[in-house]
Amino acid sequence: MDLDARKQLPSADRYRAGVLKYAQMGYWDPDYEPKDTDVLALFRITPQEGVDPEEAAAAVAGESSTATWTVVWTDRLTAADVYRAKAYRLDPVPGSEDQFFACIAYDIDLFEPGSIANLTASIIGNVFGFKPLKALRLEDMRFPVAYVKTFDGPPTGIVVERERLDKFGRPLLGATTKPKLGLSGRNYGRVVYEALTGGLDFTKDDENINSQPFMHWRDRFLFVMEAVNRASAASGEVKGHYLNVTGATMEDIYERAEFAKELGSVVVMIDLVIGYSAIQSISKWARRNDMLLHLHRAGASTYTRQKQHGISFRVIAKWMRLAGVDHIHAGTVVGKLEGDPNTVQGFYNILREPLNPVDLQRGLHFEQDWAGLRKVMPVASGGIHAGQMHQLLHYLGEDVVLQFGGGTIGHPDGIQAGATANRVALEAMILARNEGRDIWNEGPAILADAGRWCTPLRAALDTWGEVTFDYASTDTADVAATPTPA
Amino acid sequence: MRITQGTFSFLPDLTDEQVSAQIEYCLEHGWAVSIEHTDDPHPRNTYWEMFGQPMFDLRDAAGVMAEVTSARATFGERYIKVNAFDATRGLETLRLSFLVNRPSVEPGFGLVRQEAAGRSIRYTIRSYSTDLPAGERYQ
Repeated sequence: MDLDARKQLPSADRYRAGVLKYAQMGYWDPDYEPKDTDVLALFRITPQEGVDPEEAAAAVAGESSTATWTVVWTDRLTAADVYRAKAYRLDPVPGSEDQFFACIAYDIDLFEPGSIANLTASIIGNVFGFKPLKALRLEDMRFPVAYVKTFDGPPTGIVVERERLDKFGRPLLGATTKPKLGLSGRNYGRVVYEALTGGLDFTKDDENINSQPFMHWRDRFLFVMEAVNRASAASGEVKGHYLNVTGATMEDIYERAEFAKELGSVVVMIDLVIGYSAIQSISKWARRNDMLLHLHRAGASTYTRQKQHGISFRVIAKWMRLAGVDHIHAGTVVGKLEGDPNTVQGFYNILREPLNPVDLQRGLHFEQDWAGLRKVMPVASGGIHAGQMHQLLHYLGEDVVLQFGGGTIGHPDGIQAGATANRVALEAMILARNEGRDIWNEGPAILADAGRWCTPLRAALDTWGEVTFDYASTDTADVAATPTPA
Repeated sequence: MRITQGTFSFLPDLTDEQVSAQIEYCLEHGWAVSIEHTDDPHPRNTYWEMFGQPMFDLRDAAGVMAEVTSARATFGERYIKVNAFDATRGLETLRLSFLVNRPSVEPGFGLVRQEAAGRSIRYTIRSYSTDLPAGERYQ
């Protein structure tokens, strides 16, 4: 059979037993017009040497929807033409000759309503190990409004979180308790008390603080809530500590969350590694119990960081907004962890905007209407300090939790002083910005001025003022200037 | 103690000029400014008394400042805050909220602990100011 490998075949030939090219099976369809109700995915494809890129794109469409390696006659018992995903567009990646962006459209009925597990089992289930591809990366997705509406989304959202906390007009401030492992419950609560009375809004368990020999979870919860309530009484503010309820089983997670609720905590925390179904379960619990749900993206960098293979964090951010978390770590730009400014702003826009327009410079390849789904508060954490306040505000805006762990606890005059330095730096910068000052250029002077009357801030600036983490980013947008609509 | 509710409570009390600049910022964004006061600053006391309606149609910072001055003259021994409300769809919430007046003495809060089973404690934050009936606090 000598056939054009890119053309679909008439039915009789199409379903003859044997092996066909995926494109011939109908998974490559450049004339397909995506429907408003389709789920769309953009993959970065690096085909093996000699593999035709259109065939590679078709293979991805096939393996992430209905196909297997050979023709099966049972396709003809289904509306196969509808269920088959279609690769409908292929573009070379600017500046990377061996890579291609492939757009693939999926019919909405391929997916179970309201299930991230089902969605991801299709989109990333099999295809990433496919031999004809050297590497594959899921860059972006577009969810139709009809599918978005099958998810509950964040249990609280940015607006309601602020109203519950009674904190407006500035980023929230947090710190992760350090050292992350080894403290007893009693000493751990001390760090929380000092940081919250010093002026932070939140403190946080780290991702790997669960229930270890040196500190069992109940002990931690009890000491921490004493600290939180003392700090609240000392300041007149609502304060919180992200109690990490991550456990070995869903029963453990619920037990810990219930105890946090009994003790009056306003927030609980989970790690991304508990899995998508567990996240959706605890999200529904949080919604029933008026609890903020903080997500630590533990493990994400194993598959988000490298550009050629894995999943972009922008896709994880979209899945988590659907799955329903209130906080998610999304990068700092200026801190110690990976983060190109445009790429990180793309993540923030996904979490915070009611609608994302196409914005290629920020890596947003599709328009995404969130259809009233609540907004997720991004968390900036990892190697940031008070001296960067103007940069943080410039890059990340107001709706963000700025989390200074070392930058609070490592203060030379103690944890309270560290917390106060951060709060004063933040309020001074907001005040100046609102007064119309150019904080990008005047930032250091604004901080130095506040440091004249605030000794803790002066000490913080003296200690960390010059610390920067200036390394090249690995995860950057491919389109640098003059973007065109996708 | 000094309660630290509001956007700028860790800074020295704002001067009138600074308050006016913040109001200007709110008006530039099209937000409606309102004034509220209370003698019970409990962290969960959401509904302070309104000093008039939100000023949806007042677009002049000097006019708002006149209201602030009037509120201070009437309720000088209470907490007074300026709020800015944004009616944009998807927000419909406050965008800025900061104190512009405090009583001369701030008695703060006590923490009441009710010991419960298994070392659990039920916490209650109590405003010392509310020991006296409304109207007789902060005399």
